[in-house]
Amino acid sequence: MNVLSTTTSLAPPAVFEINHVFLVIGLLVAFLVIKTLKDKGHPKRYSTALFWGLFGNVFLCGDLSITLFGEQITHVWVGFSVIAIAVLAGFGYVSPGTYEHLSEQQKKQSANSIGNKLFIPAVLIPIITVISTVLLSDINIFGLYLFDQQHITLGALTLACLIALLVGWKYTGGSPLVAVSESRRLVDSIGWAAILPQMLAMLGVFIVAQTGDSIKELVTLFVTPENKFMLVVIYCVGMAIFTMIMGNAFAAFPVMTAGIAMPFLIEMHGASPAPLVALGMYSGYCGTLMTPMAANFNIVPAALLDLNDKYQVIKVQIPTALMLLTFNIVLMYWVIF
Amino acid sequence: MTELNLLPLIGIVVVVAGFAFRFNPLLVVTVAGLITGWAVDLDWLSLISTFGEKFMNARQLASLLLILPIIALLERYGLQQRAKDWIASIKSVTSARILMVYFVVRECSSALGLLSLAGQAQTVRPLLAPMALGAAANTYGPLPKEIQDKISAHAAACDNIAMFFGEDIFIAFGAVLLMDAFLKENGIQGIEPLNIGLWAIPTALAALIFHCFRLARLEASLSQDVLKYIQQQQETSVGEGETQ
Repeated sequence: MNVLSTTTSLAPPAVFEINHVFLVIGLLVAFLVIKTLKDKGHPKRYSTALFWGLFGNVFLCGDLSITLFGEQITHVWVGFSVIAIAVLAGFGYVSPGTYEHLSEQQKKQSANSIGNKLFIPAVLIPIITVISTVLLSDINIFGLYLFDQQHITLGALTLACLIALLVGWKYTGGSPLVAVSESRRLVDSIGWAAILPQMLAMLGVFIVAQTGDSIKELVTLFVTPENKFMLVVIYCVGMAIFTMIMGNAFAAFPVMTAGIAMPFLIEMHGASPAPLVALGMYSGYCGTLMTPMAANFNIVPAALLDLNDKYQVIKVQIPTALMLLTFNIVLMYWVIF
Repeated sequence: MTELNLLPLIGIVVVVAGFAFRFNPLLVVTVAGLITGWAVDLDWLSLISTFGEKFMNARQLASLLLILPIIALLERYGLQQRAKDWIASIKSVTSARILMVYFVVRECSSALGLLSLAGQAQTVRPLLAPMALGAAANTYGPLPKEIQDKISAHAAACDNIAMFFGEDIFIAFGAVLLMDAFLKENGIQGIEPLNIGLWAIPTALAALIFHCFRLARLEASLSQDVLKYIQQQQETSVGEGETQ
């Protein structure tokens, strides 16, 4: 789960600056848009291209537009793009296209001739990411850092992907261009779910801004504040449910903790804060396992794995999530008072 | 508490209703945002501009797209087939055992803060799921799509659960810092991130025990599924035999 940081200013200059990474993502998406437009057999060629074009444009032209026209204007046109993206996806104008397939037999043959070297680029991605996060994060030449100091992991991931791409080229003979055009198949199968996390980051702000007090008022309607056990249950289950709605435990945490845990459990009953918040957050994670709103974890994998039922990952996770939620409630009641 | 202001909650209602009616989540989220903005009396231009601002600031969430070209390339040249064949060469391996080993490794590495060591796009799709499928094919022979999906879904679930419940032990992780910052902001002193991290351990252990128990049972349920499938196959082939 990513921290939704909003700080961008005053970072020292870097090679893998966050804006450069966004530019790379933008170029990648732009290439996919061109490929989509060229795909004559695509059932929704133009609207799918428009969907990804609007999305990629935010990455490609977003920062340039801020420099040229200022934040105000940029945010407005990005806002309109976001709404257009939602409308296109919402009314079914986005779909997968057609792709050239290698037969299972051809793939087997190539797998046998390349051998275990095929694993190397895939394994390089995590290894390089972790190693360069740990070892290269402080490296700078005359004040020019290798990585954006506020987004070290993302910079390291980009570097890792570039190296893996080159190594993959060497072993398979498929150039980065082939790689990117192959990726259209994957990107299309994920489809709109790839954009949902960003949309939720947007929603989070609105809802979190005002709901803490309303939730607090709502709770007093249903529970007598003297009932410690019910308060614990409501806090944990509330964290899970609110996380299911928001798709993100980080967004649910401040609302539920300010609305229930602070006033009732800590101030009224003197609960111990450290285990309270730790178990509260974990109750939220139980919710993450049970919701399609956590698209990156639950819907994207179902698409990536070509599952017939896009909710199957969630269904598999529900028993563990419910067991852990119960465990958290019992443990919390036991240790915080 | 005389005036009960529930208007800001309308966004939540929209999300729940949108879910219930199975609208596209992108649309639901956008409409919920618009309505919440209206409920708290924001003028529409600053509402749109806030949308744009938040969307821009969350762009790092799209980093998944960077990983896909290399995975797609390797798959074109037979990565999944290779993973399956490799597992098929090890005789004692079962799907459940592979998933359990992965779960333990993933939870431990995530507890050490190494979250980017694995993931749905970079490990589950190209490696873990094909390996688990390869092991199952090893034990039971070719499987129908339905059973394959069940195994793949379990592979995805392993990655999620192991990562979520490992990560909060690592004290420098965002969630722990978020909790710490929240407590300090609300005037609660004397809690260190370490205290919060330690309280994540019991649930992390519980996750390990509960889920490995379920994986152990998965093996049994798979062999039942396979048995049922074979019976069905035989029945249909007998049925076809009669009509011919």
